[in-house]
Amino acid sequence: MASSCFSKSKTIIMRNLKSKNFFMLGFINHTYSITNLQFPRHLLHTISSPPLPVSNYASSSPYNYSIAFSRCFASVYGGRRLNTATSVRNSVDQLSTEAPLQQDLDFPGGRVKFTPKPVFTSSSTEERTPCYRVLNDNGQPILDGDSVKISKELAVKMYTNMVTLQVMDTIFYEAQRQGRISFYLTTIGEEAINIASAAALNYNDFVFPQYREPGVLLWRGFTLQDFADQCFGNKNDNGKGRQMPIHYGSRKHNYFTVASTVGTQIPHAVGAAYSLKMEKQDACTVTYFGDGGSSTGDFHAALNFAAVMEVPVIFFCRNNGWAISTPINDQLRSDGIVVRGKAYGVPSIRVDGNDALAIYSAVHKARKMAIEEQTPVLIEALTYRAGHHSTSDDSTKYRPVDEIERWRGDQNPLKRFRKWIETKGWWSDEAESEHRNGIRKQLSQAIQAAERVEKPPISDIFNDVYDIPSKNLTEQEAFLRRTIQKHAQDYPSNVPM
Amino acid sequence: MYNCHRSDRSIDFSHQLLLPASYPHSVFAIIVNHNSFFFLFYPVFQGEKMWGILSQKLGAARGLSSQVVGNYVLRLRLAPSAMPMRHYSSATKEMTVRDALNSALDEEMAADPNVFVMGEEVGEYQGAYKITKGLLDKYGPERVVDTPITEAGFAGIGVGSAYHGLRPVIEFMTFNFSMQAIDHIINSAAKSNYMSAGQINVPIVFRGPNGPAAGVGAQHSQCYGAWYGSVPGLKVLVPYSSEDARGLLKAAIRDPDPVVFLENELLYGETFPISAEALDSSFCLPIGKAKIEREGKDITITAFSKMVGYALKAAEILEKEGINAEVINLRSIRPLDRATINASVRKTNRLVTVEEGFPQHGVGAEICATVVEDSFGYLDAPVERIAGADVPTPYAANLERMAFPQIEDIVRAAKRACYRSVPMAASA
Repeated sequence: MASSCFSKSKTIIMRNLKSKNFFMLGFINHTYSITNLQFPRHLLHTISSPPLPVSNYASSSPYNYSIAFSRCFASVYGGRRLNTATSVRNSVDQLSTEAPLQQDLDFPGGRVKFTPKPVFTSSSTEERTPCYRVLNDNGQPILDGDSVKISKELAVKMYTNMVTLQVMDTIFYEAQRQGRISFYLTTIGEEAINIASAAALNYNDFVFPQYREPGVLLWRGFTLQDFADQCFGNKNDNGKGRQMPIHYGSRKHNYFTVASTVGTQIPHAVGAAYSLKMEKQDACTVTYFGDGGSSTGDFHAALNFAAVMEVPVIFFCRNNGWAISTPINDQLRSDGIVVRGKAYGVPSIRVDGNDALAIYSAVHKARKMAIEEQTPVLIEALTYRAGHHSTSDDSTKYRPVDEIERWRGDQNPLKRFRKWIETKGWWSDEAESEHRNGIRKQLSQAIQAAERVEKPPISDIFNDVYDIPSKNLTEQEAFLRRTIQKHAQDYPSNVPM
Repeated sequence: MYNCHRSDRSIDFSHQLLLPASYPHSVFAIIVNHNSFFFLFYPVFQGEKMWGILSQKLGAARGLSSQVVGNYVLRLRLAPSAMPMRHYSSATKEMTVRDALNSALDEEMAADPNVFVMGEEVGEYQGAYKITKGLLDKYGPERVVDTPITEAGFAGIGVGSAYHGLRPVIEFMTFNFSMQAIDHIINSAAKSNYMSAGQINVPIVFRGPNGPAAGVGAQHSQCYGAWYGSVPGLKVLVPYSSEDARGLLKAAIRDPDPVVFLENELLYGETFPISAEALDSSFCLPIGKAKIEREGKDITITAFSKMVGYALKAAEILEKEGINAEVINLRSIRPLDRATINASVRKTNRLVTVEEGFPQHGVGAEICATVVEDSFGYLDAPVERIAGADVPTPYAANLERMAFPQIEDIVRAAKRACYRSVPMAASA
């Protein structure tokens, strides 16, 4: 019985399709569903006196027609079930109220709501992502602030390390200018980022730096002599004289060797985090990069991957406004880097990069989140590169001097943090000058010592290319040594064998 | 397997049937993917007709004369003694290169929980060329990782995981795509041990098909042997047979240094006899040792990957002309086995190098320089260097055929090195 009804309605629909009368079609099906048993032939001819739905159709837009049209087929073919009285009522209601009958659809990736209006998301937000800070410009805690409380020892250690970093940068920079080392790169203006983030991490959290994070290594125990040895590339250098200055690295301190390539460390950190996840270790990886580094392809691939693989990695972006001479507005047009985290499904936070306490709290929380929830986290620290990009750069050529002076002066992170610890009674002017003088003396001694130490031996040219030296390299080394023996007078005296 | 099509020489239509000349690569891929054996042709042609032709050819294959070069492919497919329909037989064991690679990966992953595979389509799809078939089911998604489309991304992530102690095997769908990741291969992997002064080694393997396939165009056909072979800190391996594939891949995975493992798509379906020793799970070949596939005394022919098969065929042809050729399967481009090559040249006094890559700065150029440096006095003739044409690979089958070395090219070069007269022009 039902099937015959269906087939009859099918004929009717076909006939109506031929006549291209959607209006009629909707009406017919509606009436069919009411009767359910026999096809009410007489209704075919009652177009002129339709029940309520018809007037809706007549006045509605073509869009509603098609909804009704598709719905009609659904009521006839979909489910192949008999329309009961209740369903009849439902379909009547649905037809009559013109509501969108499907609110959302289950696409691959999850349910998505529909919208009838073609609205484009804006390219910029009216309101930028707010920036988390704990201390105001004068070093006073903001009321109702939420931050991790730190002890006196920790605070003093943080501050002294920031001072050490600043002094070290100044002296090594001068050493380069004096021609004693070939190259140097300072962290002026970003001391808080370096030290505070390092303080919030554990020593077994593996660090993948860009190059403006020697403070992290300093915090973990790399000595001033170690820094000097690397810059001078002497025999005592941890890196065996293989790299340019500031390309520090130390397995012991879980600080991966700095590479000159920009942004390549970001996917490395994700891979290492994957390794940690497989080993189920209570540790995360941290990687640092600048606003410029966030433009590299590696950044995007790494964030995307990290979210998919659910690995414990902290992406720390030092947005210091400049990528050598490229200002932030020429680098990107998004609301900084923090919004990119959302695009990849990575929880993100924007933090005041000159506020040591804010950075400490943010990294502390991020680390907990990364390890407990096995998720990547993105932190964008807003700061300013108060120094030149490197000793090969003179930034006064592309930015105003007063801008640099402002950030070096009142806005610098040491000043703010110092004010805070002094109000707490943990620091004083005497302590400051004593510390600075001490560091300066240590540094000049370290530099003098590093200058006097021998350069690495020639065996260090050939080893570490492979785990076991290849045959051609051992042959070449043997050949070199024979040549040196034969022509000893031509061999430079300051290169040890 | 190479495109076979009508040429000036007489090739009967049966060959044409068996070897679809201008099938698009994607069709091959599909065919290959669904049938991991030799049945490249099976879904395309009706079974009986093909077997009939095959069995005819099998009979003829043993004593084929050198003129019938059109069916050299068929001869390649027919392993020395057996019908290539099954990869196991009662007498000698046989294995396709694909199965060899798959079994090597499987065994190494079972032996060391740190070994994991990462790449596009390696998991659910069972591998773009089915090399990683069955591994996802066996080891789970943590150890067989399907990646988004970013070679730079997953190569970088692989390197990062290797920094921290895992042993990744990164698959590139072809090495042409490795150019997207080449910064990570060279700057992050190859140089790391050196730049970190031995603190950080990178036990990573980058593997995938290299060089031309059949009708895949310029961006899918380049050989990267010379590119990676020039980088200190990398090891570059080029297997030919199933035994090579098994032994070298195992060695690569166990090696503490980064290894670039260049396979060949057309060799995947090739069957080779394999010894019981090679089937053992602890089997391993030394890295940096070439293999003398065929001993000879008149001329040395060096080749790697697919060209080894061509060189062997050429050697058979040359044998009939009274030239006894020694064929060296390089197996390893870096480190290059200079000792074996030079010892061979000192014995034969003549050298022909064969490769599919571009001629300038190629592997053959390096071998030639090696021989000139170490064994100049032993050379009786200039070194003949055969390489791919100095053009981006064309797609049309006839043009593609002219862009890569053929067996007759090797034969002619060998004759030139032996001061026999040969026609200079290559025929289409």
